[in-house]
Amino acid sequence: MANIDIVTQEELAHGHDDHHDDDHHGDKFQSGFFSRYVFSMDHKTIAKQFLITGIIWAIIGAAMSIVFRLQLGFPEESIAWLKPILGKWIVVDDAGIGSLDQDFYYALVTMHGTILVFFVLTAGLSGTFSNLLIPLHIGARDMASPMLNMFSYWFFFLAGTIMFASLFLSTGPFAGGWTAYPPLSAVQSSMSGSGAGMTLWTVSLVLFVVSVLLGGMNYITTVINMRTKGMTMWRLPLPIWAFLVTAILGLLSFPVLASAFFLMIFDRSFGTSFYLSEIFINNAPLENVGGSPILYQHLFWFLGHPEVYIIILPAFGIVSEVLSVHSRKPIFGYKAMVMSILAIAVLAFIVWAHHMFMSGINPFIANIFVLFTLIIAVPSAVKVFNWIATLYGGNIRFNSANLFAIGFVSLFISGGLTGIFLGNSAIDIPLHDTYFVVAHFHIVMGVAAFFGMFAGIYHWFPRMYGRFMNETLGRLHFWGTMIGAYAIFWPMHYMGMAGVPRRYYNFTAFESFNQFAAMNQFITIAAIVVFALQIVFVINFFYSIFNGRKQKKMNPYGANTLEWTAPVNAGHGNWPGAIPHVHRWAYDYGKDGQEFIPQTVPLKPGEKDMGAH
Amino acid sequence: MGSLIIILSVFLLGVVLVQIGKVNELSSAIRGEQESEYSANTTHAVFGLLFMVGFLVLVFGSFFYYKNSMLGYGPLTSASKHGWDIDYIFNVTMVITVIVFVITHIALFVYAFQYRNRPGHVAKFIPHDNRLEIIWMVIPSIVMAILVVGGLNVWNNTMIDIAADAVPGKDFIEIEGNGQQFGWNLRYPGPDNRLGGTYFKKISSSNPLGQVWEDPKNHDDFQPSNIVLPKGMQVRVRITSRDVLHNFYLPHHKVKMDAVPGMPTHFVFTPTITTAEYREQLGELDSKGNPLYPEWHTPADPSDPENKLKRYEVFGFELACAELCGNGHFSMRKEVTIVTPEEYEKWLGEQTSYYEANIKGKEEDVKIGKTEVEAESENKLSLENAKDQSISNIN
Ligand code: HEM
Ligand SMILES: [Cu+2]
Ligand SMILES: [Cu+2]
Repeated sequence: MANIDIVTQEELAHGHDDHHDDDHHGDKFQSGFFSRYVFSMDHKTIAKQFLITGIIWAIIGAAMSIVFRLQLGFPEESIAWLKPILGKWIVVDDAGIGSLDQDFYYALVTMHGTILVFFVLTAGLSGTFSNLLIPLHIGARDMASPMLNMFSYWFFFLAGTIMFASLFLSTGPFAGGWTAYPPLSAVQSSMSGSGAGMTLWTVSLVLFVVSVLLGGMNYITTVINMRTKGMTMWRLPLPIWAFLVTAILGLLSFPVLASAFFLMIFDRSFGTSFYLSEIFINNAPLENVGGSPILYQHLFWFLGHPEVYIIILPAFGIVSEVLSVHSRKPIFGYKAMVMSILAIAVLAFIVWAHHMFMSGINPFIANIFVLFTLIIAVPSAVKVFNWIATLYGGNIRFNSANLFAIGFVSLFISGGLTGIFLGNSAIDIPLHDTYFVVAHFHIVMGVAAFFGMFAGIYHWFPRMYGRFMNETLGRLHFWGTMIGAYAIFWPMHYMGMAGVPRRYYNFTAFESFNQFAAMNQFITIAAIVVFALQIVFVINFFYSIFNGRKQKKMNPYGANTLEWTAPVNAGHGNWPGAIPHVHRWAYDYGKDGQEFIPQTVPLKPGEKDMGAH
Repeated sequence: MGSLIIILSVFLLGVVLVQIGKVNELSSAIRGEQESEYSANTTHAVFGLLFMVGFLVLVFGSFFYYKNSMLGYGPLTSASKHGWDIDYIFNVTMVITVIVFVITHIALFVYAFQYRNRPGHVAKFIPHDNRLEIIWMVIPSIVMAILVVGGLNVWNNTMIDIAADAVPGKDFIEIEGNGQQFGWNLRYPGPDNRLGGTYFKKISSSNPLGQVWEDPKNHDDFQPSNIVLPKGMQVRVRITSRDVLHNFYLPHHKVKMDAVPGMPTHFVFTPTITTAEYREQLGELDSKGNPLYPEWHTPADPSDPENKLKRYEVFGFELACAELCGNGHFSMRKEVTIVTPEEYEKWLGEQTSYYEANIKGKEEDVKIGKTEVEAESENKLSLENAKDQSISNIN
């Protein structure tokens, strides 16, 4: 686009004109209803599509967790009242007591995990904010390939449709856990969900991988190639660094997941034995010999561990930006923040076997993975200290976005510290596959990533809809969720330390695990309350789209980044007329007595740019 | 009808919430936006402080409340030798993480409060500080190095296999734990102290482990319904699976290892306390004769008033499954009893070999209904197939 060789002084200050609007009478790609709202190629619309689809999936996934939490918290209580919705999955005994079918319990747990990890926290988080912010933050009119970008969404949509369809199979959806370890997942007769349910699960996730790859290629290309004049890498706002690295992680790891799934499909349907050996099931031996279930675990976690960072890195980026803007201070240690993202990304590829310490791998190998795993704690710690240092000396606004960002830091600390227990293989012996792990990853990944997402939604809602979300409800949403989420997950540490295994339908068979009935009730009640609070958010969200307080100022928060230089309700192309140029890094808050200095403001003579290399 | 009420009440709730939101917005419009933002900042900064204090108090309070239910604390000491080492490195990690947890949480919420946006307050410009950043990179690195070295030391000592020259039966006992949907098959080596070979195609209802009867080492193996082991003896559990993944999990002994079809795994541990001694520990009285852990002095079976036994008197160690294996995963329980060596010898004497009791002279017995040549050639085949990584067979 930069086909102008001679840059005039005026253009330096006000950006260059790529004649984007010259021959558009309106946007020919955006004229009809369908091309504007459905098969849109505008990155802002696609971001909203990812977000709203993600919200719908989050409601479905969370509702599932409420149902299985009812089973765990109130195993004696009748849930026959759910029969109209769940039909045969509620087993009503002669006395009229309805309980959850065991197979369906496991199906719910599995679907909950799959949906939340892939559809909500991967697509809904990275998909939404990468799409929304990359072009707006780097000063581009759209993604490198708007067409592929649109396909990325529709592959995600298709994946979701297939997963949704699997809920209605007579044998139920897949029920072998979100990690889908073979042989349980590969032998069709090993569980009722391992038949058609697993087939649809695999097909859906293969399509999902396609979606991630299309999106990721686009994000990377766009960030590398389409930065506006003056936007060097060291001037990129932190969310863009996070999205870029996330996309690279995805591009390198998701194909491995796809290959694991292809081998799985071969084993399931074409008689190969990649993952199977010496199995005697349903009164007959299988012919498959020579394979190894552990191979799948290696392939899965080679994606699986980077995947958890694919989920959390965008939240890192969002939180860094929101904390900085609303503390009116530069993010502390910008370069260290970038470096720690890069370090985490590299290390993310060499720690996968910490999920497999107890799976029968050679104990010597574990040594190496313990070392790398605990090294990851160092860049993670640097990030936490830098966030806290960003607050120090600030002028902090306590709006909903910033509250969620502060809450994120607390959650990331709590969950990251328990990772240090689990990463040490010796300590993982008692803790592996107990509720301690459940507590760890829900706090550090589940809730924390949601907090990053909420911070982003509250912060950039005006950028998406030209209106604000209601602050009173937002703050209520924050405090309720913060307290409630800890109430749900904190006690699980104690259960895990008592040795209670995860993925148990009930605990009555074991004296050692059966002592937490009261705690389980408490957790279930907390989960219901938190779920109800998310309804507050959903209402606030949709109500505000149409009736929220209007955004009057173009730059409502006094932020430095480029997204606020585009007009409210900007159309396709983002900037009518010229694309702005960038002259400084994104974090000149409070410098030289000025509250903020947008990136478009040229450096004063002799002024040092913090983003200069 | 019921669902209608639910839909209606959700709708009403929505209306109420929207109204609350609106009222607040209106009042802030009246008071002036800036003004009300300032007061909201202070309110929520204070909430933050209150949250922090409440959170920290509850974290410590709840930990002490549940202390005696957690393995490694209170009466629930580790029941195996390596368990104590794990507890040690666990507690080192605990102390370190708790310190970091408390400091960072106090800093987070106190700074947030101290530097809240308010009239006349401005932010400082502090883009970075190399010295600080180096400090808080180096300190975690050192701490992690300590934890890695300590942890790996425990790990490698725990996971080390039986010494090559150890004598089965004398230096260690080898037993097998075999998972299937949904239960455990247990096997002891019998007087020869060696487990016989198995082959998965030999599995049948009368041969749950697929033992190869041509292998004489199998003839004295027995299959008890629960685990009994002597205190103080090294035990090597050979962990196998017949169908899908399972996990051989002894919570009190801190033993956990996946059972993988086609790939036997193992775990070596030494029980250090008998079940009877552990019961005593749970039922301990203080100097005044009151129970130290009252929760263990409640009736073992509240539904039966005749039953005078207390919980601690019926306590037993347990074997569970810790890897999702299907819809009955949560029900794979066996009892584990640790006894004195003398009691163990006595118990051994009471067991009969599975072959003697169920196979010998029956149809499956290799020696029946075949010519000598047939039996011989089949014998060879099965023995070749018998996948046997049992360590006691190498010797
Ligand atoms: C301080 C850094 C961290 C360390 C040392 C760490 C370590 C571990 C280890 C060793 C496990 C395996 C536990 C087991 O199954 O026995 C685990 C589980 C897990 N971690 Fe972390 N973790 C860290 C941070 C994170 C982060 C940032 C995320 C995500 C954002 C995350 C997400 C997960 C998830 C999802 C699981 C469970 C997967 C499953 O089994 O279903 N962890 N972590
Ligand atoms: Cu991991
Ligand atoms: Cu199991």
